[in-house]
Amino acid sequence: MSEKELGKKWDRCLADSAIKLGTGLGLGIVFSVLFFKRHTWPISFGSGVGLGMAYANCQNDLRSHYLQHRRQSVFI
Amino acid sequence: MLRACLRGANATARNNFGKTRLTNLQHCRHYTAGETSGGGAAKVVAAGLVTVGGGIGGTILYAKWDNKFRAAVENNVPYSDWLLGLALGPPSPKSGLPIKKQEYKDCHEHQDTSVTAAVHPDTESPTATEPLKERPVEEVAAILAQQDQEEQDIATCSLEESLTSSAKATLQAIGAQEAALQAITRHTLKLKEAMEAEVPPQEKSAQWKDLEAALADRTGAVNDAETALSKANEALDSLKSVIDKSKGLKVSAVRPLVLAAEENLHNMVVDLDKVVTKVHSAESEAKIVSQYSELVNEAKQQFQREVSSLTPEIQANWKGLTGKLSSDDLNALIAHAHRRIDQLNRELAEQRVREQIHIDAALEQQKLEDQKALEKAVSTALQHIKEEARLEQERKLSELREVMEAEMRTQLRRQAAAHTDHVRDVLKVQEQELRVDAEQVLSSKMLEQETRYRQLSQEQLDNFTLDMNTAYARLKGMEEAIDSHVVAEEEARKAHQLWLSVEALNYTLKTANADIPTVPLEGAAQAVRDSCHDSDFALALSSALPEESLHRGVYSEASLRARFNSLRSLARRVALIDESHNSLYQYFLSYLQAALLFEEKQEAPPAQLCSEDLDPFKLLSYASYCLEHGDLELAAKLVNQLRGEARRVVEDWLTEARLTLETRQVVSLLSAYANAVGLGTTQAP
Repeated sequence: MSEKELGKKWDRCLADSAIKLGTGLGLGIVFSVLFFKRHTWPISFGSGVGLGMAYANCQNDLRSHYLQHRRQSVFI
Repeated sequence: MLRACLRGANATARNNFGKTRLTNLQHCRHYTAGETSGGGAAKVVAAGLVTVGGGIGGTILYAKWDNKFRAAVENNVPYSDWLLGLALGPPSPKSGLPIKKQEYKDCHEHQDTSVTAAVHPDTESPTATEPLKERPVEEVAAILAQQDQEEQDIATCSLEESLTSSAKATLQAIGAQEAALQAITRHTLKLKEAMEAEVPPQEKSAQWKDLEAALADRTGAVNDAETALSKANEALDSLKSVIDKSKGLKVSAVRPLVLAAEENLHNMVVDLDKVVTKVHSAESEAKIVSQYSELVNEAKQQFQREVSSLTPEIQANWKGLTGKLSSDDLNALIAHAHRRIDQLNRELAEQRVREQIHIDAALEQQKLEDQKALEKAVSTALQHIKEEARLEQERKLSELREVMEAEMRTQLRRQAAAHTDHVRDVLKVQEQELRVDAEQVLSSKMLEQETRYRQLSQEQLDNFTLDMNTAYARLKGMEEAIDSHVVAEEEARKAHQLWLSVEALNYTLKTANADIPTVPLEGAAQAVRDSCHDSDFALALSSALPEESLHRGVYSEASLRARFNSLRSLARRVALIDESHNSLYQYFLSYLQAALLFEEKQEAPPAQLCSEDLDPFKLLSYASYCLEHGDLELAAKLVNQLRGEARRVVEDWLTEARLTLETRQVVSLLSAYANAVGLGTTQAP
């Protein structure tokens, strides 16, 4: 069902972005706590990184059909 | 135009009628004036008669002048030969038959003139036959032979005549000459006797009378002989002329006769000459004797005169004076006699002296005479010898000619034999050729006949075969009809089966519930395939059923409709996403658009889509409308126009829709086919 694909993609995207964001945030916090004397910039940096990665992944995932630079069997 | 014609006709009628009226009047005038009409008729009759008479007369005159014209007229105009014969007499060189009769008559009459006259037309007739080339060769040859025969007959007749006449004359002449000779000899003898014999005076006078009679006889005989001789000469001349004439005729059969006649002539001439010479010799002798007698008579007369001069009373014949003389007379006579004896002695001496001269002279004379006689004899002998030689030559010539002719005949016979051989050979060759030709012709005719026969038999056979073929064909046709009936029934059964299977297939399509596809169409499709072994179309169609439908089944239209409804909102949401616009921001915008844009739920699609209608929202509303109205196909077409992500989203639905559509199409085709087949197999009542 091709119509369900989009939903699946969004699901993945959201999950991935949540993970990324959380991970970024967490790592930021960790790094800020650990290495950067609780500056906020690593948190924002980390969350930004996480968001950015999530955004990029989501975008990539959503436009993956249109890229087709290598044969891929199936996207989960 | 009709009126013009009528006017013209009337005018001409009036004119003619007027003219006839005039002429009628003229005729009436003539009839009323009686004498002129009779005169006119008489004139016409007279003119006619004159013309006819003139024509006939002219024809007769010209026929008289020109025989060819006469012959032509006689050939062409009947009874003209009678008229012309009446007017002119028989035609002269027309045929040899009347001439021949005439000639035979003349021959029998023995007339030279008629023969010569007959010979003329005879010689004319051969010349006349030459210009008349119409006569056939055999006729001409026959006529010529006839004429030759006639000529020969004439010649023989004439020769015989002349021969007989001349022989007669010659014999006569010879007889006369002999008679003359005899008469002469008799006379001479008598004269000699009269001169020398001492006979008494009575007998002397009788002797003298006899002598005179003999002389008269002799003269008569000599005259007769002369006339006979002249006649004989004439006859011989005529014979010669006839011989010459017959020599002039070129008839070979006459030659021996001519030769014989010539020989006879020669013999006659020779005999005649001999007799004539005899007569001449006798005459010369007689002349001598007569001279002697004359001399004696003269001497006697002299003596008589002397005696008479001496004794005048003594009679003439002194021999009769035996008793009448006196002694004086006797003395005178003796004296005279002595004188005479003296004279005579003197004369004798003189004569003896002159004897030689006289003898010489006489010899000369005799020589001359002998010479003349010799010459004459020589000439006659020469002539005779010449004649004999010529006759001999002629005889030899005729013999040679005969020999030559015999040889020629043998040669000709040989030639004829050779010719017959050659002709036989040629005939053989010709026969061969002709046989070959005939055989060829025969064989060709036979061939023709055979070919005709074969042709006819072939035709018969062909006809028979044709009939058989037609019968067989009909039989076959009937069999085929029956078979086709059987086949048609089979077909009908099959069609029914097919129809049933297709109906089953159709039914399976209806087994789709909501969201559950139909049962797999495999079984039904197999059934359909089983029931349509022979129909390629059906087989193709049944094999054209998509695999998915066979194995999985197809979704119904209702389920597709429902699904579409859920798809629609999704498609709306991703309307802006395509290859180039597919970032998240675009996604956000697209979602915003979908939230803010409101279109009609269902919109009827136009007949033709323009570029504006390719907007996804519009398309979706068109498709909804179509779906609501059951037109899955159009909905699918419209949905097919979506591009980008929306298209990706509806891809599956489209596939399903396609599947369903395909299956339905195939099934509908199959059912249509089955229906058609079923309809086709149903037989009209």
